[in-house]
Amino acid sequence: MSRRRLADVAVGAELPEQTSRVTRADLVRYAGASGDFNVIHWNERVAREVGLPDVIAHGMLTAGVAARAVTRWAGDPGAVVDYQVRFSRPVVVPDDGSGAELTVRGRVAAVGEDGRVRVDLTVTSNGDKVLSLARAVVALS
Amino acid sequence: MALDAGLVGRSYPPSAVYEVGREKIAEFAAALGDLDPVYLDPAAARAAGHPDVIAPPTFAIVLSLGAGNVVVEDPDVAIDYSRVVHGEQRFTHHRPVRAGDRLVATATIDAVRTVAGNDMLTTRVDLATEDGEPVCTTRSMLVARGVA
Repeated sequence: MSRRRLADVAVGAELPEQTSRVTRADLVRYAGASGDFNVIHWNERVAREVGLPDVIAHGMLTAGVAARAVTRWAGDPGAVVDYQVRFSRPVVVPDDGSGAELTVRGRVAAVGEDGRVRVDLTVTSNGDKVLSLARAVVALS
Repeated sequence: MALDAGLVGRSYPPSAVYEVGREKIAEFAAALGDLDPVYLDPAAARAAGHPDVIAPPTFAIVLSLGAGNVVVEDPDVAIDYSRVVHGEQRFTHHRPVRAGDRLVATATIDAVRTVAGNDMLTTRVDLATEDGEPVCTTRSMLVARGVA
């Protein structure tokens, strides 16, 4: 894949919607890969003790999955020069084999003359917004 | 307990060198369910203009988590980690992290705030090559929920 051309980008354009699922197995894999072994991401007894409904996904797993919608659209993950997220609601991952659904929608919010394109993402799980802010800046030419 | 505003600007000694390996990048990308060839295949990465496989935009969290521990262990930072959640995260890439990078992480306290009884601590981690080339700046905001 090659990097998207700036000339082909317009404010208001929508990214292809991305839908995926996060299961308990995905949380174990992400814990190992990231080094984040916080117990609330794999042990429901501890998760409930601290007042959560069940095991929740790592925020950075959600953020990483959401970034995929941008990197795929941009054509080169190396185009991402800035990415920021604000976590507003946990993604609850039940131990039922199918886990939680994550839907990512994106829209081009701004195009700068310097080729910097801002993409705003909306990330939901079962209809609830889980990131109150998710914004990427990609450098195109 | 409110965080001391005088902590802002406090910087910690640089970390040991972290060498970014192709396998670690592939493992991290797979954990995100992302099989983009620029993460996995050096030839595909070179075709896209990168010297070697590059890491996903959020990979720097691996180094940021490790480097942030110096703040966690600082006895002057009075934050109750049993009540901490990850509030915000930002990555500013000066260039993509790539395999073969030998990176040094330097943590700095960027901001402390107390809002409605919740302590908020923002730690910045600057990642640079051991030769001093800036690669990525991460900012992590932790929130310690106030006791109601």
